[in-house]
Amino acid sequence: MPETATASGGTPLPVVSFLKIPETGSPYLEGLRCDECKAVFLDERTTCSSCGTRDKLSALRLSDKGSLYVFSIVYRSFPGVKVPYISAIVDLEGGGTVKGNLVGIDPDPAKLKLGMAVRTIYEIAPTKDRAGNEYLTYYFTPQEA
Amino acid sequence: MSDVYILGTDMIKFGRFPDKSVPQLGAQAALMALDDAGLTINDMQALYCGNLLQAGAMVGQRVLQQIGMTGIPVVNCSNACATGATAFREGWTAIKAGLYDLVLVVGVEQMGKAGLLGGAGGGDGIPTEGLLGSRTMPAVFAEAGMEHTRKYGTTFEQFAKISVKNHHHSTKNPKSMYRIETPLEQVMGAEMISYPNTKLMCSVNVDGAAAAVIASERKARELGMRRAVKVSASILTSDPYTERDLAMPDVNTCTRRAAAAAYEMAGLGAEDVDLVELHDCFATAEILHYENLGLCKDGEAGRLIDEKQTYLGGRIPVNVSGGLLSKGHPLGATGVANIYEVSTHLRGEAGERQVEGAKVGMTHVIGLGSACAIHLLEKVG
Repeated sequence: MPETATASGGTPLPVVSFLKIPETGSPYLEGLRCDECKAVFLDERTTCSSCGTRDKLSALRLSDKGSLYVFSIVYRSFPGVKVPYISAIVDLEGGGTVKGNLVGIDPDPAKLKLGMAVRTIYEIAPTKDRAGNEYLTYYFTPQEA
Repeated sequence: MSDVYILGTDMIKFGRFPDKSVPQLGAQAALMALDDAGLTINDMQALYCGNLLQAGAMVGQRVLQQIGMTGIPVVNCSNACATGATAFREGWTAIKAGLYDLVLVVGVEQMGKAGLLGGAGGGDGIPTEGLLGSRTMPAVFAEAGMEHTRKYGTTFEQFAKISVKNHHHSTKNPKSMYRIETPLEQVMGAEMISYPNTKLMCSVNVDGAAAAVIASERKARELGMRRAVKVSASILTSDPYTERDLAMPDVNTCTRRAAAAAYEMAGLGAEDVDLVELHDCFATAEILHYENLGLCKDGEAGRLIDEKQTYLGGRIPVNVSGGLLSKGHPLGATGVANIYEVSTHLRGEAGERQVEGAKVGMTHVIGLGSACAIHLLEKVG
């Protein structure tokens, strides 16, 4: 079960605007798909930057299943970021390519298979903002049993 | 429309100069290029100055404060790592438009001990660097390299060989920041930054400046063409929409388009190019650009480096200057420094690292976000 309640029982904020936290049901990622050319975007916009069509973008609930397109394993980062971690580019089924951390598997290139099946999970992020708000974030994890 | 010629060009040796200011570094290179052309600042009709980290701070005007406040038009350019080449292209464009006969181009950057670049993401909320993947440059270019691995099985070792080559080349370049041989085991065993890029597979943050004096054909003929270098193509592209570009920056499509346009503009093909200074911001990037620039067919880049075809003396020498990996990558200066390097070979003045008989050279830079600038330069006469 996804953990969407904060420690104090409140509702967390989404870490990015394309992460949706509905009143009831599980959180999900949502993109905008161009009705004309089917390009999928993750940010807020009114124009498709692939075909230029205006005002014909429809909300698309992204699948929680996808495949690992490519990755890198990050060893050096800014203070406060725990390394090493896997930076992943994931193609989601039905459209949408999303960047995120791949967790639940050793950050070892020998263990990572390009194209492996992954799924999206949602958890409370390890850091809060300056006002003390908690955030819900997404990760990817291998789809294996 | 007039062709454009390089009449003078030079660069300072890249390094770390905390006691100098950005305009001082730019001024140094400017005077060197003017001396190389046998001209003075009073002869220049415009200045195009490329600098990224002080883009809002009138670096071009402050260079003129150092070397001659002649009141000429100054344009300060920024285009990420394509800044210097963009400044050069703007000068080229103005000459082609018939506005000027003589233009000074300067690229300068002072990076101090700048560490990881990219990954900044301010604003509301919490930092997402390291939470939603990494947007640092080593990671972005590592992912780009892994796409090549996915398609063609390119290995960590093959990427590492790029660094071995460029560090080896730099031992012959007195302008390079580092001039040290780095054997393969040392490159692969260096601190891992973002797999597969180790520390020795990442470009060096340095201070540097390079400059060029460019002229209309009419002016070049008047002043003398003996050491002139012809600009046969100047191309700039941004990244067109591709499926994953917004999540995973695509440095391939913008480069391929720019290369095709450059070859067409110059009436040349990849087979005509004698040397290339391309954007090896990370060792993984150089592999991609072998194919993007048409130096080999898709899928053959690994073989190219395995067979040492891009070494000095090989079929198509790439980054004989030592590249961004060893010579250094002062962001705003790199695009002009590449032009200096290729010009030097075309003039037969590259000494120990001279590519014999060089007649045509290519320079290539990528600014993430994205911009790609390619120039084709030709020996005159």
